[in-house]
Amino acid sequence: MIEFSHVDMRFGEKEVLRDLSFTIEKGEIFTVIGPSGTGKTTVLRLIDLLQNPSAGTISIDGRETTIPERERVALRRRMAMVFQKPIAFRGSVAENISLGLAFRGLPREERQARVTEALGLVGLPGYGDRKAATLSGGELQRVAIARALVTRPEILLLDEPTANLDPVSTGKIEQLILSINERFRTTIVISTHDMVQGQRMANRIAVILNRTIGQIGDSHDIFYHPSTPEVARMVGVENILEGWVRSNENGLALVDVEGISIAATCPYPPGTGVTVFLRPEDIVFLLEKDGRSSARNELPGTVSRVTPMGAMVKVRVEAGVRFTAVITRRSCEEMGIQNGKDLFVAFKATALHVVPREKERPATGPGA
Amino acid sequence: MNEIIDGFLQAGQLIITLDPEVIEITTRSLVISLTATLIASAIAIPIGGLIHFREFGGKRGLITIIQTLYALPTVLAGLLVFLLLSRVGPLGFLGLLFTPGGMIIAQTVLVVPLMIGMTLIALSGVKRAIQDEVVSLGAGSTQVITTLVREARFAILGGVILGFGRAISEVGAAMMIGGNIRGYTRVLTTAIALETSQGNLALSIALGIILMVIAMVVTTALFLIQER
Repeated sequence: MIEFSHVDMRFGEKEVLRDLSFTIEKGEIFTVIGPSGTGKTTVLRLIDLLQNPSAGTISIDGRETTIPERERVALRRRMAMVFQKPIAFRGSVAENISLGLAFRGLPREERQARVTEALGLVGLPGYGDRKAATLSGGELQRVAIARALVTRPEILLLDEPTANLDPVSTGKIEQLILSINERFRTTIVISTHDMVQGQRMANRIAVILNRTIGQIGDSHDIFYHPSTPEVARMVGVENILEGWVRSNENGLALVDVEGISIAATCPYPPGTGVTVFLRPEDIVFLLEKDGRSSARNELPGTVSRVTPMGAMVKVRVEAGVRFTAVITRRSCEEMGIQNGKDLFVAFKATALHVVPREKERPATGPGA
Repeated sequence: MNEIIDGFLQAGQLIITLDPEVIEITTRSLVISLTATLIASAIAIPIGGLIHFREFGGKRGLITIIQTLYALPTVLAGLLVFLLLSRVGPLGFLGLLFTPGGMIIAQTVLVVPLMIGMTLIALSGVKRAIQDEVVSLGAGSTQVITTLVREARFAILGGVILGFGRAISEVGAAMMIGGNIRGYTRVLTTAIALETSQGNLALSIALGIILMVIAMVVTTALFLIQER
């Protein structure tokens, strides 16, 4: 178990992390997500004991990590880290991968056996004799992962492990990470700026924003119940509306947003100022009003922008309030959606996540 | 003018015919300077590693002193070692003054600062990310130093070759500590100095050509290593 308690990190005058407190359980996959430059890598480096926090404590299995270097080496040998930019040491791929084993004093035969096994695991069988410096970025990334895996770490730290890989390799590496977690019960901490990867991989996610934790929770919490507008924007919630509760009957509220009434499930009494979050995928379009639909909200509007995104299309609609929706390209074509098209924006009352607007928002959401 | 041309012609003859005295002096020069280079490497590379990786008070000052000693005049190195090895000096009992052993010590003293400095430069050229990776892989502090020295080995070897170049080409310390004794401590540089002053231009030129060839080999080796 890894525990951060009120950890601050400063490099000289520059504050990198502020007041981080969280626990990573044994055997879980924990993802740290956040925009570039928010200190995700620093979190991993702190766990790997490559740096000491400026304030606060970090403990591993109940043991504080501010200990003499010799003991830190012993603790570090229970972990392995894969850095974002993979390093090729001089020499062959096999020499590169067995470096950590050599440091641990393993006999040559054992090292060779483990290197061969690891090369198979990362899909590079037979690469042992190649010069590491001649590999491509993707191959080198897999060598770096193999170099970490051969040491059979209890804690595996992965800093943007697929940032340099193509989609096929990314899929393979993700599968590999999941299978390692399953087979060996390895605790895995991944930093990524890729929200969807965070969602695919993690048992729990910590969103780092403005140098501190914006929210911690499982992927459902983070993606559907963001605690602040900043977290919501980070995880792809494109519709963030501010309003106030006009009425509330048994948890079904009418929220006034710029004069438009929106039905939403929430517990807040009338008069409460609220922020309403709606994911773009939760919006459907209707060409005519359909009272039978399960969507309680059907608002007339006009399309103001259509942006293709591969198989999906992002559509912006002005309906008194501006909405952004993501629909499939096929639906877009079938419905003849284009600029100026009149339609109805529909979404369920339960698709909205409503949080009270406060000056001081809670730092962590459900599941923290 | 004719004397000079004659000198070059005779020098060529001395080299081509493998004149025993020329061969003997060259071999002695190579043995003394190579031995000094090896000993200096064994001292300077670990010290360079320690200075680079350890944080301590006065580190910056120490590095400045080392850099100043790159230009340590050879006669000063000679004087220092002379004081140590002379009969009244602290190491006088070893009886190394005016011996090849004493010359090796003098050349070692001369090139150690240069090699420490070159090791520091080589190690600071190793990316921080490589050091992090090594530490993260579970290396103990000695393993970190040996691994990074291995990573920087070509740059460090460049420093070693520079050190050899300085050792074999210096004349001051070799003269003061060796005494230029024929058949015993006479090396390329001291022989050139003596033979020139005695008007024996042919031998001087022959030895000079050999010294230049050695310098060229060293420079070429350095260039090839830095290309890697």
